[in-house]
Amino acid sequence: MNHPSRLKMALIHAGLTLLCMATLYPVLWVVKMALSPTDGLALTANPFPETVTFEHFRQVLSGTDAAGRWVFGRQLLASIVVSGATTMVGLTLAVSAAYALSRFRFPGKDGGMQALLITQMFPATLMMVPIYSILQKLHLLDSLSGLVLVYATTALPFCIWNLKGYFDTLPRELEEAAVMDGASTFQVFIRVVLPLARPALAVTALFSFMTAWNEFILAATLLNDPSRFTLPVALQRYVGEHKVEWGKFAAGALIVSAPVMALFFALQKHLVGGLTAGGVKG
Amino acid sequence: MKHWLVLALLATAFGARAAPEDARPLKLWHAYRGGEETALVQATELFTAKTGVQVELLALPYDAYAAKLTNAIPHGVGPDVFIFNHERLRNFHAQNLVAPASGLAREDYFPNAVEALEVDGQVYGYPMSLKSLALYVNTKHVPQPPTTTEALLKMLPALSNSGEGRFGMAYESGDFYFHAGFLFGFGGELFDASGRASFDTQGMARSLAFVKGLQDARFIPQEASGALVKSLFNDGRAAMVISGPWFAGEIAPEVDYRVVGLPQVSETGIPIRPFLGVETAYVSSRTAKAEQAQKLARFISLGEASRVRATVGRQIPADVAAYTLREVQEDTLISSFREAARHATPMPNTLEMARVWEPMKLALRAVLQGGTLPQDAGALADRRYRALHRERPPEASPLPWLGLLGAMALGGSVWVLRRPAATLPFKRRYPDVAQAAAYIAPAAAGIAVLVFVPFVVGLSLSLFHHEAGEYSFVGLANFVDILASRGYSITEPLSFYFTLAVTLLWALVNVVLHVSIGLFLAMLLKDPLLKLRGVYRVLLIIPWAVPNYITALMWKGMFHRQFGAINGLLVALGLEPVSWFTQFSTAFAANVATNTWLGFPFMMVVALGALQSIPQELYEAAEVDGASKWTQFRHITLPLLKPAMLPAVILGSVWTFNMFNIIYLVSGGEPGGGTDILVSEAFRWAFQRNEQYGFAAAYSVLIFVVLLGWSTFTKRLTRSSSEVVG
Repeated sequence: MNHPSRLKMALIHAGLTLLCMATLYPVLWVVKMALSPTDGLALTANPFPETVTFEHFRQVLSGTDAAGRWVFGRQLLASIVVSGATTMVGLTLAVSAAYALSRFRFPGKDGGMQALLITQMFPATLMMVPIYSILQKLHLLDSLSGLVLVYATTALPFCIWNLKGYFDTLPRELEEAAVMDGASTFQVFIRVVLPLARPALAVTALFSFMTAWNEFILAATLLNDPSRFTLPVALQRYVGEHKVEWGKFAAGALIVSAPVMALFFALQKHLVGGLTAGGVKG
Repeated sequence: MKHWLVLALLATAFGARAAPEDARPLKLWHAYRGGEETALVQATELFTAKTGVQVELLALPYDAYAAKLTNAIPHGVGPDVFIFNHERLRNFHAQNLVAPASGLAREDYFPNAVEALEVDGQVYGYPMSLKSLALYVNTKHVPQPPTTTEALLKMLPALSNSGEGRFGMAYESGDFYFHAGFLFGFGGELFDASGRASFDTQGMARSLAFVKGLQDARFIPQEASGALVKSLFNDGRAAMVISGPWFAGEIAPEVDYRVVGLPQVSETGIPIRPFLGVETAYVSSRTAKAEQAQKLARFISLGEASRVRATVGRQIPADVAAYTLREVQEDTLISSFREAARHATPMPNTLEMARVWEPMKLALRAVLQGGTLPQDAGALADRRYRALHRERPPEASPLPWLGLLGAMALGGSVWVLRRPAATLPFKRRYPDVAQAAAYIAPAAAGIAVLVFVPFVVGLSLSLFHHEAGEYSFVGLANFVDILASRGYSITEPLSFYFTLAVTLLWALVNVVLHVSIGLFLAMLLKDPLLKLRGVYRVLLIIPWAVPNYITALMWKGMFHRQFGAINGLLVALGLEPVSWFTQFSTAFAANVATNTWLGFPFMMVVALGALQSIPQELYEAAEVDGASKWTQFRHITLPLLKPAMLPAVILGSVWTFNMFNIIYLVSGGEPGGGTDILVSEAFRWAFQRNEQYGFAAAYSVLIFVVLLGWSTFTKRLTRSSSEVVG
């Protein structure tokens, strides 16, 4: 590649800086609301807080229920447990199913792939009423395991599609060589395929984690015990119909978004490869 | 000896199993916050101290409360007792969620409070407190509160100065709950003799004209939210406020105020009569401990509990005896509200009541925003009401459908069996079917139970009509109603075709913006020699990492008329602030801006990956051939991007098509449902318009059909493009 000129580089930097600023403006605005002592209500374009206080964070972090018990810690734990378990369950199921779809021949394979995609087209909120009844039959209402099951399965179609696309791009020669060396199919899968698929696994895991960490309509409907609420449901408390506590909402929003941002940061190198290698073959 | 031990163990085991059953606390659900919540906690503690029965409270956000009750109680996971306004009683009763109040003595409460809880002569629930509106007066500015609208109109000019942002009066004028008092004061009625709502009345026109006059003269602020009313009154910039008892808790300590009844309308001689709501403790019909639950509900509505709720929670007790207590007598807020409530109109507890809010809100906003004349607004509301008030379609016979299903099953199996026999035996064609099954079974089982079953249930629900907990089979009637756009012309927001057009426009605009911004950024970022490349990339994917309901609420705040950052920017640039949600174009733009911010990072990442997979030699060769940068982009970059970008575009368009959170939270469908897309419309039919699940499911099926058509179309595109690339 020919080296871009200095001027061109400067232009690119200027353009990117401008766009980054536009992207960050809403985030700064939330930071400002979270740090300002008032509820951040003033008609101003300045995204930086004039006075800084950590009061809203303190109030959110020390959130208690009506009886005075400290629930924030439990809600954080519930969120971590639910998202972690969803990732584990979802990834295990998706990896094996995607591998089978990529490598084995069996009847109904193409139909199955299409069916997976089709379910994504039916609005999720409308599936809530039947899901509620099914969980009741399984005795999983108001339990975190019920929630994990729902999250893991609803994220599966995307995970399977993404992983299958990636597996399709992996050369089969490596697997054949391993079989020659006497490895069983399962060993090949664990020892050869999975390590190669690391970028796609990272992205898929991130996706499952995010689904569970961010979802709130199902969680708000299915959970009845405040100490088991996930964080988004807990956050809903601050944006009531008649009164919006912007400061606390903003502080809570930052707390909820931070872990996912950290994950994005950690996985961002894999992000590009993991998403598109699958996409190319689709 | 050993036997004894075993028996003892068994006994303790049984004891341990029996004990939690009895000691399990009573579950009480409510939507209180602040002082009211504290008071309720104290009241239940009194109950526990007296009876030894533990009570577990659950505070729910108001928006989600009713839906949660109607889901949870029939499934046996609901509360034993719950607190709700009486206005929904008929819905609860129709769905069999509430039990009659067995321990209620009528003479303990105000008669109109008990009457509000009657259905067919039976009383359901225990009245706890009365909620209505009164006039809060800043005594510094208004020493003598007005008693008639004539007096009010005389005072307002001196108290208002729009240049300084001062107003004679402030209240949430766009909310029908607040407007209802004016409607009744001007002689308007909401329901005719048959119990149907009628809006096209003189009283309606006159009340709307009056309020519009107040707003045009700038005596009251436009588009006032609760937060604005509060800050205006606390800053001394609103001399009077119309609000309920809950407002007392938000007034700053330095403001001296009084509470009085609302003035009389001079033209009619009728006082402004706000709605009276009765907050009620209901006993769930499914409670396992009916006796204790009845006791708890009665306890928190009377006596000591009333005192706590009045003094700590600042509620207006419905309990007669509470007014003999000194603390309550001396509390001027309570006595003023009690006085103001004398003229209030009890909200009817009929199913119709739930149906008037949406049409009234539409009419009210249309007038206040200036799009409709006061005398025409009634007709507008009438039409919306009739459209929402769907009559139950005639029941259809399921037999032809079962027949059709049977025929299809038969046809399907014949088709499978008649297919030409494969040349290879099954075992040879699919050598690894057993292995594949083992790998797929767990995922398949989960998907079958939690994705396909709800999907099929959703599909079949569209053939039913749901009303008050009962389903009746109506065949294709829901689809016929939707597709024939029954009750409204196709240029109105409630029509399927209008919403479909908005949805398609929404998806198109968004996907184009996502892809072009994403691609543009990817082009800027693709050079591996670019310094700070990683930093830019991380900063630019932040929007993707923020949960989308947070994004939505954040942007909703930024588009706020009075406090939003966007209007702040406009003012800083010397422009006029914009009321974003009063016009279709600006409300739609606000939604698009939010969703663009949310969606471009995904496309950027995909485009980045796709760009990196294009071999560099192609460009070098083109360079040698003397192709310009633009030619290179057109003939190398774009065609090679296509196979990688298309799946992302398809996925992105499906996501955008069903992007419920943004629409619902940012514009909320304003103005008048114009910016609603198909999913949010389906949601409204399912959860906000008397639970018409069948109709909502029909909407979902249509969404599904549209998307299916779209994906078939794009699949053809993908195929042709991969042929080109080879």
